[in-house]
Amino acid sequence: MIRIFSILAGLAFSFVLALSFVFEAVGTAKDGLPNTVESNFHEHPGALKLASDGLFGKFDKQQLQRGFAVYQGVCQNCHSLKFVAFRDLKALGYDDDEVKAIAKQYQVPAYNAATGEVKTQPGKPTDHFPPVVYGGKGAPPDLSLITKSRHGGAAYVHSLLLGYQNQPAELLKKFPDAKTPEGLFYNPYFANLNIAMPPPLTADGQVTYAPGNPPATKEQMAQDVSAFLVWTAEPNLAERHQKGWPVVLFLLLATVLAYMAKRNVWADKH
Amino acid sequence: MSFPWANEYKPSHPFMQWMDEKLPLPRFMYNAIGAGYPVPRNLNYMWNFGVLAGFCLVIQIVTGVILAMHYAANADVAFNSTEHIMRDVNWGWLMRYAHANGASAFFVVVYTHIFRGFYYSSYKAPREMVWLLGVAIFLLMMATAFMGYVLPWGQMSFWGAKVITGLFGAIPLVGEPLQHWLLGGFSPDNAALNRFFSLHFLLPFVILGVVILHIWALHIPGSSNPTGVEIKTESDTVPFHPYYTAKDGFGLGVFLVLYCAMVFFFPNALGHPDNYIQANPMQTPAHIVPEWYFWPFYAILRAFTTDFILSAKLWGVLAMFSAILVWFFLPWLDKSPVRSGTYRPLFRKFFYVLLIDVLVLGYCGGAPAQEPYLMVSQIAAIYYFLHFLVILPIVSSIERPDPLPFSITEAVLGNDDAAAIKA
Repeated sequence: MIRIFSILAGLAFSFVLALSFVFEAVGTAKDGLPNTVESNFHEHPGALKLASDGLFGKFDKQQLQRGFAVYQGVCQNCHSLKFVAFRDLKALGYDDDEVKAIAKQYQVPAYNAATGEVKTQPGKPTDHFPPVVYGGKGAPPDLSLITKSRHGGAAYVHSLLLGYQNQPAELLKKFPDAKTPEGLFYNPYFANLNIAMPPPLTADGQVTYAPGNPPATKEQMAQDVSAFLVWTAEPNLAERHQKGWPVVLFLLLATVLAYMAKRNVWADKH
Repeated sequence: MSFPWANEYKPSHPFMQWMDEKLPLPRFMYNAIGAGYPVPRNLNYMWNFGVLAGFCLVIQIVTGVILAMHYAANADVAFNSTEHIMRDVNWGWLMRYAHANGASAFFVVVYTHIFRGFYYSSYKAPREMVWLLGVAIFLLMMATAFMGYVLPWGQMSFWGAKVITGLFGAIPLVGEPLQHWLLGGFSPDNAALNRFFSLHFLLPFVILGVVILHIWALHIPGSSNPTGVEIKTESDTVPFHPYYTAKDGFGLGVFLVLYCAMVFFFPNALGHPDNYIQANPMQTPAHIVPEWYFWPFYAILRAFTTDFILSAKLWGVLAMFSAILVWFFLPWLDKSPVRSGTYRPLFRKFFYVLLIDVLVLGYCGGAPAQEPYLMVSQIAAIYYFLHFLVILPIVSSIERPDPLPFSITEAVLGNDDAAAIKA
């Protein structure tokens, strides 16, 4: 009885699925597979090698400082960094006084609970980077987690920063409606190809690096700020790699011993 | 029940004797997972996954309780408190990655455990209750994992919650009021987040309770084994301790190496980047996908694209839940007296097709809802239902199984003289 019922139920589901399949197949035969401008022209980020990559990866503090300079010089006009506190910058190699000096450059909101007044005051090391007021087109995302919140991570940021170009003629020929709207910029690394952010890195030497650093070419700045944003997204990354090795090696050793113990226990049973 | 040859607990130390008279907990443990529990001698490594699943539950409860000390279930600050755990709490990043990857590890282990059950027909008499409780645990796990994924209040948390609770809206008449009642509003918000947190904390302990029943029910007939032949004599068994404690110890080591490698070196490999974006009800992500362990069922849900008497959405919801509920009926659908797939040539072929079928469904469930993935998932979903509801009942009545070994001992040693003489 239960099996007759089950066969009927199975056939019912299969019938409705088969019906759905036939409709989908007819629709696909008529319209073809989805062929959008994104599926044709969206590009995956190119390779980017950073010191923080790989199982032994740790941060290159010098590069993080350069990346921070790029953030300060370019990105922070529009993008906030709300999950990062000034005190965190010590991980970049700044000492207490330098961190205090950096914090002072920023005006952070200060709420007076007694009077209800909201004012701003110079930042202290315990403060986070303040919100950024932006009045233009689009909604610049907070950058704290940007390398974790995009497919491709740091490589995506790097490719996006350098990926601005004119719309290919081929694209306009195939998709005449897909012309980049006024005020947006064509960038094949961006999900829908048209980004509101104007090209941020416009010229070599746009940011002044401290002496002893490589020249601030566009490529160098893009790499450095990508490395910096890996750090802002995950300040504990290097510690995680470093702690992982003893844990995994200990477990490997314990597993080998457990295997030998198991062989020993089972010796008379095979 | 136990077998007459099971070792008896005989405490030698006066304190243990005193303890045995007042509260025989050591005796209970001895008979449950100690030398007093005889287990088939031929269990292969597929039998390690029950213990591993229990271990995963412990990892999840320990890391989860610690995370709950620092997490704030409020829609305004939930995302920030998660980042606070990642950045400011000592070892917080380890706890969170261990918990998030622990959920994935739990599902890897439990799916292996379930497919072990399919292959060796672990659901058959006399172990039906073990199987039914196991399916109940799996359903509880799914509910717990779903609500846990909502807590960080990222984009996928929010939109996943919206899509899944939206499924209740497909139920005729009561659907929408039910959905609003479950969410405490028209859309996931503070009320939903708070109750999800409360239930996410509660359900693991419910799971723990059902796990205890699952193990209790298992101990009545004892474990099945790769031949599917029941235990006949003492030579078919070994005491759980030290034989299987040693084997499980090794299995646990292998599991922990892989799990810790994920936690320390690839902690975000199985997560979706969108969940590092704070929930925004005004901005729908391009592709809403649940966590990987729901993909096969998500593919079945989306495979129904045509209204037929009922709406396509309701068909999808019914099918998605049926895809798991059908497991409850397995003991009565598969009537073959032979348990192990090793001796069932026809069944075995269909088992491997099912395994590939579920992997295909999983792939389609993670892919965007467009062609060709929809058509592939429709074919795969047809096979899924035919397998359990049509093929299994028919195969079990027409198949001619291979000859079974006389006993477990014979299967291991090649002969079983002692038992043969007795028989």
